[in-house]
Amino acid sequence: MFDVRPQHNEYLRHRSAQFRRQVERRLDGSLTEEEFRPLRLMNGVYLQLHAYMLRVAIPYGTLKPDQMRTLALLAEKWDKGYGHFTTRQNIQYNWPKLVDIPDMLDALADAGLHAIQTSGNTIRNVTTDAFAGAAADEVTDPRPYAELLRMWSTDHGEFQFLPRKFKIAISGGDKDRAVIAAHDIGLRLRQNEAGELGFQVWIGGGLGRTPLLGQVVREFLPEADLLPYVEAIISAYNLAGRRDNKYKARIKITVAERGLDVMREEIEAEFLNRRAAFTGVDQALLDELKAVYAAPEFRHEGEGDFEATRAANAAFRSWTDTNLSAHRIPGYASVTVTLKGRGTTPGDASAEQMRLLADLAQQYGHSDIRIAHDQNVVLPHVHKSDLPAIYAALKDAGLATANAGLISDIVACPGMDYCTLATARSIPIAQDIAEHFRQRELEDDIGKIDIRISGCINACGHHHLGHIGILGLDRAGVENYQITLGGDGYDIPAIGQRAGAGFPAEEVVPAIDRLIDTYLDLRESEEERFIDAYRRLGVAPFKAALYPADA
Amino acid sequence: MSKGFTPSAATPAVITANDLRQGHCVWMLDGGWTSDPAEAQLYEDEAIADLALLDAISQDNLVVGPYLAEARRGPDGRPEPTHFREAFRRRGPSNYFHGKQAELEASNV
Repeated sequence: MFDVRPQHNEYLRHRSAQFRRQVERRLDGSLTEEEFRPLRLMNGVYLQLHAYMLRVAIPYGTLKPDQMRTLALLAEKWDKGYGHFTTRQNIQYNWPKLVDIPDMLDALADAGLHAIQTSGNTIRNVTTDAFAGAAADEVTDPRPYAELLRMWSTDHGEFQFLPRKFKIAISGGDKDRAVIAAHDIGLRLRQNEAGELGFQVWIGGGLGRTPLLGQVVREFLPEADLLPYVEAIISAYNLAGRRDNKYKARIKITVAERGLDVMREEIEAEFLNRRAAFTGVDQALLDELKAVYAAPEFRHEGEGDFEATRAANAAFRSWTDTNLSAHRIPGYASVTVTLKGRGTTPGDASAEQMRLLADLAQQYGHSDIRIAHDQNVVLPHVHKSDLPAIYAALKDAGLATANAGLISDIVACPGMDYCTLATARSIPIAQDIAEHFRQRELEDDIGKIDIRISGCINACGHHHLGHIGILGLDRAGVENYQITLGGDGYDIPAIGQRAGAGFPAEEVVPAIDRLIDTYLDLRESEEERFIDAYRRLGVAPFKAALYPADA
Repeated sequence: MSKGFTPSAATPAVITANDLRQGHCVWMLDGGWTSDPAEAQLYEDEAIADLALLDAISQDNLVVGPYLAEARRGPDGRPEPTHFREAFRRRGPSNYFHGKQAELEASNV
């Protein structure tokens, strides 16, 4: 098991040096593109529409201030001054030159960061709740387990050539903010009746062209059995997963075709073999990791000017109403900094903004920063007395938009503005929808709603999980957008259902507008969210709003 | 990516790829590569286009992933894209003034 923690990053330097030599051999003609491609993908290097793209892993979305500053340095020195945070809690640089990437990897290695297994048919970045360790409702902090999984899966010899990519998400409790049902393996921390820690284990979830929710393969897995059991699942999949058809190669298809019971039988049988081989090293390591992720020394003092500032400053009040989450420690809150300001690109942050977030986390936030899978940044541990100062600093940097969870807080993949796989653009659609409802000044009235946009069927924008999902397609050489309704990645996991025929780009905003007006007309109270009204009323009134000519 | 067409006078093609070292979009012209899509060679004959594509593929030390993209002859005789994907490659992203649009402006200064 490779130890890739920041204090042990010789391995990362070794990998970076290895990639440098591979790039040299590609440039001097010793390697063809066909030979080089899998090597660059193992280091997170894609070739996109206009340039190369480097995808850097942010392990379970957790960053230290110096790591965030390193991400800023990369943006400034080797890119165009910004980075794009993704739905998998990673960051992508859209404009690196191939010849510069080894230098970028060196800089990352110095900060304990890397791009290993951010591509390829391997175990990808393990994701979790951005509020891990802070949320009032979690059983325990999932990050020690996420780190254990990361260390175990990095360069795991058996799992470098799986049938397809493999994604693991872990939730700290019953309240799922990690979308575990949409992952190859989903883990939910639980306590059994004896009060012992363990996991409810889900397998077979995933979005893409065949969206499926996962199923529970084990109701309670004791904490100590995590690695052997996950290893057994992936081993069973590695043997049974299809390699004849890329589109049927994910574990969701393996489970759907063979049945959960068959998979469970194979997993449980393999688990017995695997468990016997684990000698307890993993548990000793887990104990160390629990110490690494021990709670910071929280302050126990009054809230200072928090309430007085709320009373005096309407903008601050509005921001605290939407962008704060309950913290388990009295006097504390978690702050969501949305990367969805007016006219901006969902998930993008400039180098200056990254540095400011690093500084704020260091000064006020116990040096802890999270990247959320909805493309926002979270400062998980902030004392309320510091919120007026934090707000003022964020505002100056264009980062104090009071829209967390509102209609302008849209998730969008890069789409055809960057991605070679895309069939249509996502970003302009997100920007147009956000701007439209800002101009109508309806954001607060509409309340919590989740709009997600993907620029192709691979669904990086998780459109199936949006209350309103938008999928961009190429229809006879014209961008065309299908709308799905009723998806949910949180309370009641659900795959959104396609409402009907797609819309040309210029008709998307009017269509969403009709949906929202219908919702505002039909909701029983201001507390009834769009998704609640949809569940109560069914698809019919919303379909009629989308397609008035058919009604 | 443009597929399912045969280069001809009615449906001309350009050959395009990404630069190996830097990654930006390039187009084939007689005897080399250009960053300016308007300078691209238009192929209006299937056999000549196929030969040129083989030539492009053989330049693996300069470019990555060359392919034939459908184009049309514009009023000034220069190639224009027929599909929005190729139009975006020629222009750059819509959310920032980056990519070709910025390169072109810089070269006109």
